[in-house]
Amino acid sequence: MRAARGGRGPRRDTGVPGRRRPTAVFAYIVRRLFAVIVMLLVVTLVTFGIFFAIPKLTGADPAALYVGKQADPETIEGIRQKLGLSDPILVQFWHFVTGIVAGRDYTGGGTTVHCDVPCFGYSFRTEQDIWPVLQDRVPVTLSLAAGACVLWLVGGVTTGVVSALKRGSLWDRAAMTVALSGVSLPIYFTGLVSLAVFSYGLGWVDGDYVDFADDPAGWFSGLILPWITLAFLYAAMYARLTRATMLEILGEDYIRTARAKGLREPVVIGKHAMRSTLTPVLTILGMDLGALVGGAILTETTFNLPGLGQAAVKAISDRDLPLILGVTLIAATAVVVANLVVDLLYAVIDPRVRLS
Amino acid sequence: MTIPAQPAPEATEPLLKVEGLVKHFPIVKGLLRRQTGAVRAVDGLDFDVRAGETLGVVGESGCGKSTMGRLITRLLEPTAGKIEFEGRDITHLGVAGMRPMRRDVQMIFQDPYSSLNPRHTVGTIVGAPFRLQGITPEGGVKKEVQRLLELVGLNPEHYNRYPHEFSGGQRQRIGIARALALKPRLVVADEPVSALDVSIQAQVVNLLDDLQEELGLTYVIIAHDLSVIRHVSDRIAVMYLGKIVELADRTSLYERPMHPYTTALLSAVPVPDPGRRVKRERILLKGDVPSPISPPAGCRFHTRCWKATEVCRTDEPRLLAPRAGHQVACHHPENAPGTPEPVTEGAGA
Amino acid sequence: MTTTPLPDGGAVGEPTDGKARPTAFLDVRDLRVHFPTDDGLVKSVDGLSFQLEKGRTLGIVGESGSGKSVTSLGIMGLHTVGQYGRRKARISGEIWLDGTELMSADPEKVRRLRGREMAMIFQDPLSAMHPYFTVGAQIVEAYRVHHDVDKKTARKRAVELLDRVGIPQPDRRVDDYPHQFSGGMRQRAMIAMALVNNPNLLIADEPTTALDVTVQAQILDLIRDLQKEFGSAVVIITHDLGVVAELADDILVMYGGRCVERGPAERVFRAPQHPYTWGLLGSMPRIDREQTERLIPVKGSPPSLINVPSGCAFNPRCPYADVPKGGVTRTERPELRPVPGTEAGRPHHSACHLAPEERTRIWTEEIAPKL
Repeated sequence: MRAARGGRGPRRDTGVPGRRRPTAVFAYIVRRLFAVIVMLLVVTLVTFGIFFAIPKLTGADPAALYVGKQADPETIEGIRQKLGLSDPILVQFWHFVTGIVAGRDYTGGGTTVHCDVPCFGYSFRTEQDIWPVLQDRVPVTLSLAAGACVLWLVGGVTTGVVSALKRGSLWDRAAMTVALSGVSLPIYFTGLVSLAVFSYGLGWVDGDYVDFADDPAGWFSGLILPWITLAFLYAAMYARLTRATMLEILGEDYIRTARAKGLREPVVIGKHAMRSTLTPVLTILGMDLGALVGGAILTETTFNLPGLGQAAVKAISDRDLPLILGVTLIAATAVVVANLVVDLLYAVIDPRVRLS
Repeated sequence: MTIPAQPAPEATEPLLKVEGLVKHFPIVKGLLRRQTGAVRAVDGLDFDVRAGETLGVVGESGCGKSTMGRLITRLLEPTAGKIEFEGRDITHLGVAGMRPMRRDVQMIFQDPYSSLNPRHTVGTIVGAPFRLQGITPEGGVKKEVQRLLELVGLNPEHYNRYPHEFSGGQRQRIGIARALALKPRLVVADEPVSALDVSIQAQVVNLLDDLQEELGLTYVIIAHDLSVIRHVSDRIAVMYLGKIVELADRTSLYERPMHPYTTALLSAVPVPDPGRRVKRERILLKGDVPSPISPPAGCRFHTRCWKATEVCRTDEPRLLAPRAGHQVACHHPENAPGTPEPVTEGAGA
Repeated sequence: MTTTPLPDGGAVGEPTDGKARPTAFLDVRDLRVHFPTDDGLVKSVDGLSFQLEKGRTLGIVGESGSGKSVTSLGIMGLHTVGQYGRRKARISGEIWLDGTELMSADPEKVRRLRGREMAMIFQDPLSAMHPYFTVGAQIVEAYRVHHDVDKKTARKRAVELLDRVGIPQPDRRVDDYPHQFSGGMRQRAMIAMALVNNPNLLIADEPTTALDVTVQAQILDLIRDLQKEFGSAVVIITHDLGVVAELADDILVMYGGRCVERGPAERVFRAPQHPYTWGLLGSMPRIDREQTERLIPVKGSPPSLINVPSGCAFNPRCPYADVPKGGVTRTERPELRPVPGTEAGRPHHSACHLAPEERTRIWTEEIAPKL
């Protein structure tokens, strides 16, 4: 996703005057939303293609794959009919896509299973619709991502700015060493250490996830360790990015101009330098959040959080193909939408960006 | 397309002949890459470069002079027109077809910092043309490179040094040595001295002079600095918005400019003589150069010209030669034949 | 001949012992700006003194690395702010602005003078303006730092200034971003920003180098007109002798972080007293003179500021380095001394070991005829 950025989206514009008109912005958003839908269809098709290809390559019976090895032949034949597995891939794809908007009935082997709108598929393993499973899990992942994001932004950007302003100082070197370890240490290590210390050892927090609506305090206490663990990793990256960007911006001519005007140093840093420093931070943030909503797999597994990432892992080990497809779609949607939001914000921050 | 033929005094065969040269850079938009317009960087140039002369090309940023340089060295593909080198049409030669031409036509670039690969030694840089052309000079590449370094005033023993070990002026000399490696006939220099300090500029200008004499080179020198252009050129083309507005020999152009734009340019050059600023009158052009995406109709200069009349807004003036060897594209040329000689010499208007 | 510094004519720089209050509006005394680097101490400015009165223009001429831009930043006090990291510039000397010594003053006090009493125009207006803020917002900000007014009043002032510097439709263009301006318009906006507080000292660092020649002419005219109107002192820093000849009353030629020659513009151009100045004049192709066949370049390259020659910094490149100078050795640094006969009024100084008569002879007999 990240690598694809340069080619599309906003382009730098030099010279040609003209202010942004609301209609142009609207047209841009509509065009981009259209592109998002096309993108998601492609992702679905590719995922579909893979599931379609796996049985062919491994010689396994796809229908057996959907229910598990221990199922009897009639059940498998029923599944085959229900899913239309003998149909060409494009027909299966069409059924899947229409199912999302219109719901779908799986008929075969004498029984019919109804899957409500929006139908993201039906798991014959767990005998339930995929969508409610996703609905249960998305809030967990969102809670994790949002909370961690706030933490790492505040921590990372602050550390980065202070390090840049005190370049070469003891603080700078210490912060950058910690940041380096933050980037290099895997989550399951930092996660387990923090669990061992704060949860099992000191007993400060209780490890289980509770819904925010049910018990805000419990929600907070259940998430605080995952937040910190995840935020530590990202804060480290953001601190390094912020520091490097800030140092570069401080060397810009317009910062010298700001000082030559007689502005106070906090204004020079806080207004002039920060505005430019935040641009790349924002770009990366959009990408990271998008990717994270797709599932903070390691964090969720380490802390036993019932989020999308955990669902993905479980789905993979169970070979629950419909669920894998559903998680993939949600993750892809998150990334693509985050991209769009970043591009729009970019245009808000940098007036030189032309929406086209 | 035809220039009113003015028999050149020396009547030498042109080394380079350019007719109707056009380069448009398309502007594309949207997913379908539709072309919505074009930057008309070079929009119809006709000129000759005679063997052994220096043609200076001068103009402000965006006039298309650098694009012109890249077109005649075929670093860019022309949109239209014709380029002949020694009578041979090189307009659309491909990479393979151009290879033998590359020996004869070389380019020197403006920025001595970015035009040399920092990871290569000077020996590798200057010797690169031999490798690319698959030529082994007499006595070997190393010996030839050292000869070239000496020719441009560098120490041949610095063969193994890297570009960053040299000063700006020395780096420009390296660029010149590289350009001269294959004994070219024509050297196109794009702003060869504008990135250099004043005292270094003079060294490089003199070097170019000496090399021309020694090796019988033909130069096309592109620059924005009218003083430098005057010093180095035999004939000068003044460009404005992709067109040549005036083309004349040096003395004629600087002493009796005919195009109002040239007059304004010359009057704008700051002169290092504090006594003169009181005496001379400066023509201040109003406004900015219009966009080359949608250049003005008629004469492209009419939006800024103090002599513009109705005809300038509708009819594009052709490059004609009211005086022998002095071409101008203007409906109301100054210093036209019949008008009295200007009293003051030099930049005055 | 000995090398005891002669007393100056009074109008220009004095020895720095004691902090005598100056009479000039801007009085820079023995300014030194040194930067510690991995390779050694870079002596960007190494003992520079000059004076400037209100209503007059000083042109500081030099090549890259001569220390001319560092001088301007030093005067503005921009070397003491924003020095993040361990390696701070070492700056010493005295800078008197309208009777206030800036070097020893409270940084907060200097900040309040910056932008109000002294303002600056930079070389490249595109990079010198913040790309994310409108031109108007940047001018308004410059005004409101020093004036307690509401945004509306400040905006009116910004439009007024944009109009004054010749921007068409200023009430509309005020809301444009810098990238929507052309190069010349941006430099005009930059000038408007510098003048919004009616500064008494305006420093222009290569204000026209990034501009085309016709636009350069417009900007130089504008600076000249504005100076007449505002009566400020102007320091114009450039490598272009043509530009200083257009604007400056006095000229200061810098080489290797030091002043090698200083005096009234007419004198520096008509009877220059330093081989480096001769070299600069000989290096320039002139549009206003008969065509010369060859330029007379200065040999070699500008000095490294880390290992400045102990004597005259120009010595390695000087064509007259071998002329006997009455027992003065190469390692002895020439002091700035007044040229005999010019001590009164606006004296002409030069830092060269060559005897004055010898310099005059070389200029009139050997250099001037070739230009």
